[in-house]
Amino acid sequence: MSGLVIESITHMWGAKQALEDVSFSVARGEFCALLGPNGAGKSTLFGLMTRLFTPRAGAISIAGHDLAREPHGALRHIGVVFQQPTVDLDLTVRRNLLYFAALHGLFGRRAEVRVMAVLERLGMAERSGERAEALNGGHRRRMEIARALMHCPSVLLLDEPTVGLDAAARVAIVDHVHRLAADDGLTVLWATHLVDEIRPPDRLVILHRGRVLAAGEAGEIGGTDLSERFIELTGAVS
Amino acid sequence: MNAVPDRDAFAPNPPKTLNVVDADRLDRDAQGRAAPAFFHCAIVALSAILQREALRFLGQRGRLLAALARPLVWLIVFAAGFRAALGLSITPPYQTYITYEIYITPGLVGMILLFNGMQSSLSLVYDREMGSMRLLLTAPLPRWWLLTCKLVAGSLISVLQAYVFLAVAAAWGVRFTPGGYLAALPAIMLGALMVGALGLVLSSFIRQLENFAGVMNFVIFPVFFLSSALYPLWKMAEASPHLRDICAVNPFTHAVELIRFALYAKLDPLGLAVTIAALAVFGAAAIWGYDPARGLAARKI
Repeated sequence: MSGLVIESITHMWGAKQALEDVSFSVARGEFCALLGPNGAGKSTLFGLMTRLFTPRAGAISIAGHDLAREPHGALRHIGVVFQQPTVDLDLTVRRNLLYFAALHGLFGRRAEVRVMAVLERLGMAERSGERAEALNGGHRRRMEIARALMHCPSVLLLDEPTVGLDAAARVAIVDHVHRLAADDGLTVLWATHLVDEIRPPDRLVILHRGRVLAAGEAGEIGGTDLSERFIELTGAVS
Repeated sequence: MNAVPDRDAFAPNPPKTLNVVDADRLDRDAQGRAAPAFFHCAIVALSAILQREALRFLGQRGRLLAALARPLVWLIVFAAGFRAALGLSITPPYQTYITYEIYITPGLVGMILLFNGMQSSLSLVYDREMGSMRLLLTAPLPRWWLLTCKLVAGSLISVLQAYVFLAVAAAWGVRFTPGGYLAALPAIMLGALMVGALGLVLSSFIRQLENFAGVMNFVIFPVFFLSSALYPLWKMAEASPHLRDICAVNPFTHAVELIRFALYAKLDPLGLAVTIAALAVFGAAAIWGYDPARGLAARKI
């Protein structure tokens, strides 16, 4: 069963073409980086994958569920970390996670056990009783990831999850999500505009002005210097 | 290309429990007893949303104070000044001459509903709330249900505020019968749902909210002042028949009248009909506005 399949997605914002015939897929257990400069259409694609809105044309399938035909079946398999924080700063870490669990139908002891499991997974177990306000930027992001994992999704979508973090926190989160793909078999789509978050064995999709410029293994696309290659590719069509 | 981080620094303890639930099992559960499971999830989500609103409300003590200060200033200062200037004749539900304080109390209950309803619905488009709105809308439940949960939660907070205000008003000398307080409960709830639904409609069409002042000037004030909250309609007609007509079609007028009659344990059938009809229209418009194929698509996210 394939993790994530994007098929000929086209979307417009008014008269402006935001995405044009975008197709790619990410297999189960694969870490795929969606690389594109600001305004490439990454956030639009995330909105479509999470059904905040629906595309003009094309299809999206998540863990074998077509998003248009069985939206709730598909949404149940998605864990998503948006660029915007979703944490309620007035509530404790535990309360925040329980709220999200309940939105996915989990409550009571099952939810409590799950809260501890995801917090342990992210090395934050001792923080469960703290108010979210007391967490630093890196921990808040980790908590977002913990939240996204609450309902055991099979597809994890992250929209520039390292924005605003210092170098050490960034490396730690990039590494952790790589491990989630490798160890837990999660399908990961990681949107970024930062080349240094991508590793040579990762799958890579380069998005620019709403089109896919390149798709394949990062090492093959980038050669010796992905950064240079990225500028070359996106510069060539501007 | 990448720095090699210290892997153990991040998650020093291997997790003891991993997959307590898995989505596929939930799927099989859902297929086996689709309707009960779905119903169950919907109820769990509703109670979580109610609980979250309640916790947030309790966490922000200033909010209750601010919500009470506004109508109390009107009741204590404004009404005292107007008492002398304004003569009120006996109109239903009143059977005797009343003071102006008694007249505007239901209107001020309406004011609480209006402010709180707008605030809680429009909080969906506040910058800092954008993330939590996305969280809500990406839950695997129908949009109309998620919006209903949000609406009910905000309305219950409004009702709570309204009764705290009525208690303070009683201490000030504006009292109703126990039966009136009881009969007002469904009326206040219905009014709260109606203005909350209007707020949801606005939130689906407003791109992004810079501040609350715009909404106050262009929505709350006209809705409030062009209603029977502060002056009876016949008094309005003396000033201008056109103004009176505008007030008479304002659904907020009918919500206020419904509450006014209910506080005397009486039913205002027209008020009830118009408030329910307005709730239905605003509710349908909100669901349409939040349709994934439309609504948010009009807003650049």
